[in-house]
Amino acid sequence: MSTVTTTREPLIRISKRGGVLPAWKSWGIRLIGLALSLVVCGLLIVALIGINPLKVYGTIIDGALGTSKRTWVTIRDSMTMLCIAVGLAPAFKMRFWNIGAEGQILVGGIATAACMIYLKSLPTFLLLIIMIAVSLLAGAVWGFLPGFFKAKWNTNETLFTLMMNYIALQLTSFFVAKWETPYGSNKVGMINATGHEGWLPNLFSDGFNKDFGWNVVIVLAVTLFMYLYMNKSKHGYEIAVIGDSENTARYAGIRVNKAYVRTIVLSGAICGLAGFIAVSGASHTISTSTAGGRGFTAIIVAWLAQFNSVVMIIFSFLLIILEKGAQAIASQYGLSQEVSEMITGIILFFILGSEFFVNYTLRFRGKKVTK
Amino acid sequence: MESVCAIKMENITKRFGSIVANKGINLELREGEILSLLGENGSGKTTLMNMLSGIYFPDEGQIYVHGKPVTIASPKDAFDNGIGMIHQHFKLVDVFTATENIVLGLEDEGKLDLKAASRKVKEICDKYGFDIDPDQKIYDMSVSQKQTVEIVKVLYRGADILILDEPTAVLTPQETDKLFAIMRAMKADGKSLIIITHKLHEVLDVSDRVAILRKGEYIGDVATKDANQQSLTDMMVGRSVSLNIDRPTPVNVKPRLVIENVTAYDELGVKRLDDVSFTINAGEVLGIAGVAGSGQKELLESIAGLYPVASGKITYFGPENDKPRELVGLDPMSIRKNGICMSFVPEDRLGMGLVGTMGMTGNMMLRSWRKGKGLFVNRKEPEELANRIWKDLEVVTPSTNFPVRRMSGGNVQKVLVGREIAQAPSVLMTAYAVRGLDINTSYTIYNLLTEQKMKGVAVVYVGEDLDVLLELCDRLVILCGGQVSGVVDARAITKEEVGLLMTQHRKEDAAE
Amino acid sequence: MTQLISLFTSAVTFGTIIMFGALGEILTEKVGHLNLGVPGIMYMGGISGLLAAFFYQNAGGTSPILGLILSLLACFLGAALGGLIYAFLTITLRANQNVTGLTLTIFGGGVANFFGGSLNALSGGVGQISVALTAQAYRVRIPVLSDAGVIGKLFFSYGFMAYLAIIMAVVMSYFLNRTRPGLHLRAVGENPGTADAAGINVTKYKYLTTCIGAGISGLGGVFYVMDYIKGTWANDGILEGLGWLAVALVIFATWKPLRAIWASYLFGLVYWAYMYIPGLGRSSQEIFKMLPYVVTLVVLIIVSLRKKRENQPPAALGLSYFREER
Repeated sequence: MSTVTTTREPLIRISKRGGVLPAWKSWGIRLIGLALSLVVCGLLIVALIGINPLKVYGTIIDGALGTSKRTWVTIRDSMTMLCIAVGLAPAFKMRFWNIGAEGQILVGGIATAACMIYLKSLPTFLLLIIMIAVSLLAGAVWGFLPGFFKAKWNTNETLFTLMMNYIALQLTSFFVAKWETPYGSNKVGMINATGHEGWLPNLFSDGFNKDFGWNVVIVLAVTLFMYLYMNKSKHGYEIAVIGDSENTARYAGIRVNKAYVRTIVLSGAICGLAGFIAVSGASHTISTSTAGGRGFTAIIVAWLAQFNSVVMIIFSFLLIILEKGAQAIASQYGLSQEVSEMITGIILFFILGSEFFVNYTLRFRGKKVTK
Repeated sequence: MESVCAIKMENITKRFGSIVANKGINLELREGEILSLLGENGSGKTTLMNMLSGIYFPDEGQIYVHGKPVTIASPKDAFDNGIGMIHQHFKLVDVFTATENIVLGLEDEGKLDLKAASRKVKEICDKYGFDIDPDQKIYDMSVSQKQTVEIVKVLYRGADILILDEPTAVLTPQETDKLFAIMRAMKADGKSLIIITHKLHEVLDVSDRVAILRKGEYIGDVATKDANQQSLTDMMVGRSVSLNIDRPTPVNVKPRLVIENVTAYDELGVKRLDDVSFTINAGEVLGIAGVAGSGQKELLESIAGLYPVASGKITYFGPENDKPRELVGLDPMSIRKNGICMSFVPEDRLGMGLVGTMGMTGNMMLRSWRKGKGLFVNRKEPEELANRIWKDLEVVTPSTNFPVRRMSGGNVQKVLVGREIAQAPSVLMTAYAVRGLDINTSYTIYNLLTEQKMKGVAVVYVGEDLDVLLELCDRLVILCGGQVSGVVDARAITKEEVGLLMTQHRKEDAAE
Repeated sequence: MTQLISLFTSAVTFGTIIMFGALGEILTEKVGHLNLGVPGIMYMGGISGLLAAFFYQNAGGTSPILGLILSLLACFLGAALGGLIYAFLTITLRANQNVTGLTLTIFGGGVANFFGGSLNALSGGVGQISVALTAQAYRVRIPVLSDAGVIGKLFFSYGFMAYLAIIMAVVMSYFLNRTRPGLHLRAVGENPGTADAAGINVTKYKYLTTCIGAGISGLGGVFYVMDYIKGTWANDGILEGLGWLAVALVIFATWKPLRAIWASYLFGLVYWAYMYIPGLGRSSQEIFKMLPYVVTLVVLIIVSLRKKRENQPPAALGLSYFREER
């Protein structure tokens, strides 16, 4: 190396962008990443099952939005995803790695199911209020523990919340075994299938599908609330400062530990509410797959949207449409349902990769950069 | 005599985004000399040297080592060319021993034999008179010991060209003398050295030749024997500087903060402040002098409620002659809630004083976010304040929402100082307020501070440049190893006397 | 007594799965990369090993040893491929490590369960996947010794991979602490800037380590598929849970490979303890299965409380490195 006589700079060099890219450019880069990922997924599907990729995308759209029932299911599931992402956003903005949404959803779901089972004699309105309150509380407790230890001894929250997921999962197994019907099935089955006590009611009185109801209103209200909370409130400002630098926050008189615990409790509570929506508003049952990995996917939704509420709505829809569409492909061509996870993974890889081009530029040898 | 140079840099240019850090620089290091690379903070000295050590790669230009053109694309290439750099921020792994750090990166034949390496380290130490334990962990070492490890590391590799980046910034004068003796010994051993510094007396003391950079450009070089402080300063700053800071006589001086026997420990239980007592007066600029890391940061943060005080008292006497208040044990929020308006410009601007990702407005809110009733923040007043500072202090930024992280150092400092002064404080503490600023901005800051002093504010100025401290401040507190080694009248003391106090421990340490 | 012996042996078998996962992750974390994709990687390793054996046997292969070698190789490569995706995104493209790892978990689980579930359809309806022949080779016990009474049962009644895991832990410990590349690797994880300045090729170390680490984690997947569930595929998400347990084990072992050996067996003991405690109903068994996670939580809290220098994670864990950062 040292004896090279001619000076040549390396073939490709990476340098950090000097200024901030205008919004349209950075989102343009992400869109290109998304488009590329769809091409790759298409190629993969062709390689696997040998059909026209355009037809595949047709099937995806049809599978997700083909009938009014499918559309409602897609909207319903997107809303649940959105609720989780919106709940996670404040924690992540504060650089608190809440990997524990899965567990927070599950405990929220358990609390909801418990109310449905034990309190079904109460009037519907009161029952629903209690269910919401209890699911919020359950999620909040699940958030409080890692938050408390993080604030007190700086215990690693990523690993703490991860463990809390499995504790919640075992807790769910415990209750499933306790509440199983019929005996020995190890399934809870549809709770209150006849009287629909504690089911989120239908939003419209005319015959839209029963599954679709107040979920949308609740989630959109939560989203709006969190938008205001994050962008306009004092707490939101505290979160933004802590996320940038804890020292600065302390300097500004922000009580960092208090803010940590408060924010993670809120984050957990909203994820608990997502558990309520998943149980009372969608599946009407509880099982170990009530969260079903959505707690992890929502992290990616929130992160990639840079905690921007509108973008989170778009990402939630995108991912759920893909999931439903991929499931349609799977059943049409006799493939395993998991093809959707594979496709989701590929798309996320590409979007993650495109962040690089938002923050860095490449310089090729010989070319002069104008800027 | 036309001899081959150890290093020749030809027409070197390096840019970071839109900032040109080095512009068409030609620099020579002759065989067996000590070259001083002189320049103000931010003149591009470190960037230039980082291109020799393989940290940065030049955008344009050619480097020759011992007359041969070379490509230095990585630190490894630098080692292969016999170039070793001792960075200002030490490049050491804390949880490793000295020996482990020293052999790090070497691709010798055979298996890793730390015992043999340890012996070789000892040999080098004995040869040049270093005093380190090869098996000690880095996190147990003092700053000067860490620097020694860095030097041994370079020698261990057989480097014949050594670059030292501001090696004396963290050393006491005694340690500095020792370092210079070592440098001379290495020179006698046939090695070529570059020392980066902005301290003139050191330049004159140790080097054979001086090369000067100003704002990323090469100004010229001069043999040390033909130079003096004045001529070097002229070359370094472009025009003759006699500081001439305006220092009006204080009026209406009275105690504002009385600090009594304050002792504080850091997270690892090391004593950072040792029985510190002095008084901060309203209507005065109190300078705090000391070698870097003597407790300045801890002292200011203790007063601001950001650093835990183990024992002692800090008593506040308000401007309205109301009853004195005890500050120890209060956090910044409680201090505010007690109606005490204390402004603080910390050393770490973006890491403590400002939020890098937010614009000026967001940063103004750091001091006002809690104001007003209700859940929501008021953005209107901070926005107005931001606009005022933008205009009054001539901050260069496209808008009040442009992230301050992307601004230049001088503008960042203006935003910070502007905000702190706008609080109409009764105490204004600044740490290294002019570090990295050009001369004009520095004077803007000095004037702002003096203005505050005349308004009856108690101003605290922690600085590193003794000339400035002696011309700006009314009284000086000198810290040494966490202790107060002197409280003096800045008008009646010489630079040499302050320098002596900076290295004089008050008690027991005298044995050394 | 027999109960205790069988508890011990199931603990060791169980521990072996997560020990592989944890060893790979220790290596990865030592170089400064927190890879939360371990479950996905173990899935990818497991399915690759299974597929290799499946196609080998479908093509008429009859040598158990060859099937075993092929599936081991395929497993390592498949898992390392997962590591390579992660490495490219986090090292070259400097994507966030946690998010990338989670995505890899989703992706790996998807790929594995997709192939595991659709293999029949793809290969034209061969029937239930079973690679008994190759699985047999994985499950061969040491002759003579394994019959030697209690001692034989306790120490010699496992497939070869149980011993491989121990050997690997010992070798890794030696590598990290006593060799030059090991020293360099740790330096990269502690302080990449320093390692870079010392002339270590940070990118090369990071790439190699994350890929090899992923390959080792993947071995846990193939051990699970071939030995633990005897060469079949179950689409039940258990492997994902084991993957997370492996991540937990890394903390429990405080980033030390040797400690991972007994810690993994301890996890196994705690995990299976419910089977051997009389009088537990089905629901209370589930509560007992929480124990490994609760224990890990306790360790996590204690480690953060004690703040001992030697027990902390690598200092640069989770941070991406860009030399020209300013």
